[in-house]
Amino acid sequence: MSARILHIAKNTFREAVRDRVLYNLIAFALLLSGAAILVSQISIDIERLVVVNLGLTAISLFGVLIAIFIGIGLVSKEIEKRTLYTVLSRPVRRWEFIVGKFFGLAGTLVVNTLFMAIGVFGALLYVAHRFSRPDAWIFVALYFIILEFLIICSLSLLFSSFSSPLLSAVFAFSLFVIGSFANDLRGFAGVAHGFTRWFATAAAYLVPNFSTLNVISAVAHQQPLGAHLILQNTLYALFYTVAAMSGAVLIFERRNLK
Amino acid sequence: MAAIEILGLEKTYMVGFWRKRPKRALEPLHLTVDEGEIFGFLGPNGAGKTTTLKLLMGLVFPTAGSARILGREWTDPQIKAQIGFLPEQPYFYDYLTAHELLDYYGQLSGVSAPDRRHRIPEVLSHVGLTDVKGIQLRKFSKGMLQRVGIAQAILHNPRLVFFDEPMSGLDPLGRREVRDLMEQLKREGKTVFFSTHILSDAEALCDRVAIIHKGMLRSVGAIEELTSTVQGKVEVVWQGTNVPAGVRVLSADCHVTGDTVRGIINENQQDAAIDALRRERMRLVSITPLRTSLETYFVEKLQVRCESTSENTVGAAAGTRV
Repeated sequence: MSARILHIAKNTFREAVRDRVLYNLIAFALLLSGAAILVSQISIDIERLVVVNLGLTAISLFGVLIAIFIGIGLVSKEIEKRTLYTVLSRPVRRWEFIVGKFFGLAGTLVVNTLFMAIGVFGALLYVAHRFSRPDAWIFVALYFIILEFLIICSLSLLFSSFSSPLLSAVFAFSLFVIGSFANDLRGFAGVAHGFTRWFATAAAYLVPNFSTLNVISAVAHQQPLGAHLILQNTLYALFYTVAAMSGAVLIFERRNLK
Repeated sequence: MAAIEILGLEKTYMVGFWRKRPKRALEPLHLTVDEGEIFGFLGPNGAGKTTTLKLLMGLVFPTAGSARILGREWTDPQIKAQIGFLPEQPYFYDYLTAHELLDYYGQLSGVSAPDRRHRIPEVLSHVGLTDVKGIQLRKFSKGMLQRVGIAQAILHNPRLVFFDEPMSGLDPLGRREVRDLMEQLKREGKTVFFSTHILSDAEALCDRVAIIHKGMLRSVGAIEELTSTVQGKVEVVWQGTNVPAGVRVLSADCHVTGDTVRGIINENQQDAAIDALRRERMRLVSITPLRTSLETYFVEKLQVRCESTSENTVGAAAGTRV
């Protein structure tokens, strides 16, 4: 990674921290500690299931919201406020700016996820009093959540490179919702006919498949995950991220900063 | 060597939502700026000054043409390490302090950490911002932001500095400091290219100026060339509150200000005017050839164009009627 990308990434991270993005951790901590105390009192033998499910789902949702709402402004805000002028008038290539921004936001989300993961394990220890071997799969679920964030960051950046923040938010959030049901969409495409089948198949393969990255329920039920799934999801997320980032770079390289 | 060679850069934007139509922001521009000079780029608001600077900075892409900066293609990213740029009404990352901002920009410009450590306080002091450590830019006034903007433009010790309306938002003292700074940059052998619509600044600072209006270059030259002497006229200044009869008969155009009188007469009448003042025992202060001010020249250039444009329009309309 070039030094300039690193500096831009560090500045993006610093912006997120100073804009109090990490304050969401307080909301998360309150939610999780409240839930841990509640389930330990009202449920029998499913405390672990509830805490893992709730914790990982909250990590995913909080992260997705941060990725979308910060990601959509990463480029458009810089153009609107003209802060970009003094950056691009230096020996910074446009693609370096986009990639730096991406790593900055991804870094923010990884740090956020790490803190939240500590919270989940803390809550788990509180309700179960000890860790068991299947709890290690939580790390895989967290890894998949981070892969999900990478895809959403890149899509938010892609939309941000040519659209207004509001439209970018609508596009990114719609893709997140549709992508979360990608497997259902593929199932529907399998039973549909004619144009509907063609359209549903195209849509199912074009939208990011977030269903395959969602293993929260399996991990909560202590089901093991195959190595091939980890490899497949890693490659899929990397491919999708690189494709979306390439689109963002291609658009931004040609954009007039009026 | 020329610091800047603009070779027919032009820009046309497509405007409109559904039916896009072209809008010419800059006609093909040919301009050369020599190394080591202070060059003023003058024009009213909307003339195309900022568009030209954005084209040179690679912020917008030209419809046609090219440019060379410090002997290299203007698109070469490495050339930007030797360029400083202050945009019009600059806005910076307001969550940073001035030191953090300059540190970030220094990193992007490839300034080493030890150099940044001594250079940042130096340039901040240079622009009159000495007591701003720990204060975020969101708490800065407009004038202070302008000073930060100037500091970031010169931080990496560039050979060529572009300032877009550098005096904007500054108080008289700040404007004076920026003028001094530009003169110092020139003494250090740097080239300064600045756009402005404040003619007194250009007159006081520039070696050469270019006048641009409605996207078209109207004139380029040294201030002395543009503000040439008015043929055969001199300005006579003397102490007093009245115009002696001997001067009045020369049909002088006289103005009394306090205890000073200024009269404009023909050059061949200056001896007669001096004799008349002597007879009345009035103290002669000066006699100088009358020069066109830059302002007069500037207004003339814009008006000439407006008239020719309206003539063309009338001609075109007449042609249509025929």
